Amino acid sequence: MSNHTKLENTNSTSLGQTIANASKPTSFLNSKKLKKAGLFALFVGPAFLAFSVIVLIPFLTGVYYAFTDWNGVTGNVTWVGLDNFKYLFTEDKQFQQSFLLTIKYTVVAIVLTNIVGFGLALLVSQMLKTRNILRTVFFLPNLIGGLLLGFIWQFIFIRGFQSIGAATGWSLFELPWLGDENTAFWGIVIVSVWQGAGYIMLIYLAALQNVPQDIVEAAKIDGASRFQVLRHITMPMVAPAVTICLFLTISSSFKIFDVNLSLTNGGPFKSTEMLALNIYTEAFVNNRYGLGEAKALIFFLVVAAITVIQVSITKKREVES
Amino acid sequence: MENKYTGRTFIVEIVAIVLGLIFLVPFYYVVSNSLKTFAEILTNTSALPTVLQFSNYVQAFEKLDYLRVFTNSLIITVASNVVLIIFCSMAAYMLVRTKKKISNIIFMTFVAAMVIPFQSIMIPLIKTAGNLGMLNSMWGLVIMYLGFGSGMTIFLYHGFIKNIPVELEEAAIIDGCSPFGVFWRIVFPLLKPITVTVMILNSLWIWNDFLLPSLVLQDPELRTIPLATFFFFGQYTKQWDLALAGLVLSIIPLLIFFFSMQKHIIKGITSGSIK
Repeated sequence: MSNHTKLENTNSTSLGQTIANASKPTSFLNSKKLKKAGLFALFVGPAFLAFSVIVLIPFLTGVYYAFTDWNGVTGNVTWVGLDNFKYLFTEDKQFQQSFLLTIKYTVVAIVLTNIVGFGLALLVSQMLKTRNILRTVFFLPNLIGGLLLGFIWQFIFIRGFQSIGAATGWSLFELPWLGDENTAFWGIVIVSVWQGAGYIMLIYLAALQNVPQDIVEAAKIDGASRFQVLRHITMPMVAPAVTICLFLTISSSFKIFDVNLSLTNGGPFKSTEMLALNIYTEAFVNNRYGLGEAKALIFFLVVAAITVIQVSITKKREVES
Repeated sequence: MENKYTGRTFIVEIVAIVLGLIFLVPFYYVVSNSLKTFAEILTNTSALPTVLQFSNYVQAFEKLDYLRVFTNSLIITVASNVVLIIFCSMAAYMLVRTKKKISNIIFMTFVAAMVIPFQSIMIPLIKTAGNLGMLNSMWGLVIMYLGFGSGMTIFLYHGFIKNIPVELEEAAIIDGCSPFGVFWRIVFPLLKPITVTVMILNSLWIWNDFLLPSLVLQDPELRTIPLATFFFFGQYTKQWDLALAGLVLSIIPLLIFFFSMQKHIIKGITSGSIK
């Protein structure tokens, strides 16, 4: 308790007292400084310790392992320089394919998720009688983790589509969706858009609700068409939300793992194996930790680059507005 | 955006409802087929079940060891939330109120590390966790969630605490309140809105997380719902009657959570994403 009383005094010192304290004996000053530091450590320490052990140190050691031939089992870790990276870019066809596929998937997924999400937001921002329940419905898939969604859609693609195809005769539903590399890719896209659109919708919706109605009314009185209002008033007003949504979908698409694992597991024949799944397989199935780390480092650099671009664009916007 | 309900609004409404139904189709298939016999699933996938087969659920419930895996998920999610909220709110508070260079450096480290994808950490992490005896332990996993969640949680708290006037705390200090007392009795109650947001974002993430628990919890007795579903689905692939009932069982807790906290969830997600 006595400790606390002293600390209170420390905290309540005004600037004047602090200056006055500076002339006091150093031992007193040190103990006060020590107590402040102790309090700081007590408040920040637990979170920072967990963070360091769980995130910081493994990340940094991981960077080191990317330049070794570590296999995780034996204690032998040999420095191999850039060999892992050379191997990845010259010989590892699966990695190169996964990398290109992930980029292709990311582009497709961000475009579709944002278009669908924005469309849904436009719909449910109208004065519909069912708008609240519809918002819930569109958001619902987002609540459920990618793993379960992938399993749900496995059933839809395998049994559900077959049944719809038999009933309607539409050839689209009679394709072997998950059994063909092209359709399996689009299967993953469909599930991700279904999952992500509702989330993106919420952000666009919040932005749409901030568009001042008097400006819209004024434009209409001046004879602007619906499309003109959308193009020249609504779109510029929601532009910041577009930036947010684009980057949210870029990083979540680039990091896709759960749906990839549960829907196709990279199949057929590893043709839909995206980067995150490829890294996982390299490390925990092939037990080539060093190589897996090299992939993970490249993965990190891409994600970091995307984020840096995002932050600089957002900052620039903030300054302009 | 219209104020009057016109004929055009009616058409928009019809379109929206049709889209909503399309969004729900996968759920219809899963729920309706989870109540059919295996033969009926194969012959009549799209129709409603003729006789409701609740026995699918009884079997799936037992084979999933549902009560156990549900309890595991609950313990892990609640415990992770508690440690995240306690330690990250404290850390964020101290980082905001201590106007020193070190506070900035630590805060920026937390924020910058949010960029690191899990795949860039997992390999050495599992190795370290093995050495520290954190594998196959719920507590080990909870500490990992504290580590992984601290970046975003501190970031959200930090932004909120910055806008809390310091005068109240100064008055309490003069009244003889200890630093812990000031934080827990005065500051923490003011943080309630952001605490709700933090809780919701972390709960959805931790409850649905698959990869980390799959690497940490190898003992079948410790499995969480996503883990148990993964193994169950793998074991009963093509035995759809059981697999689907298991899937529905896995989704139910999320739906209950969502519908009991819907307002907070939508608010939390919107505010969490914009920051």
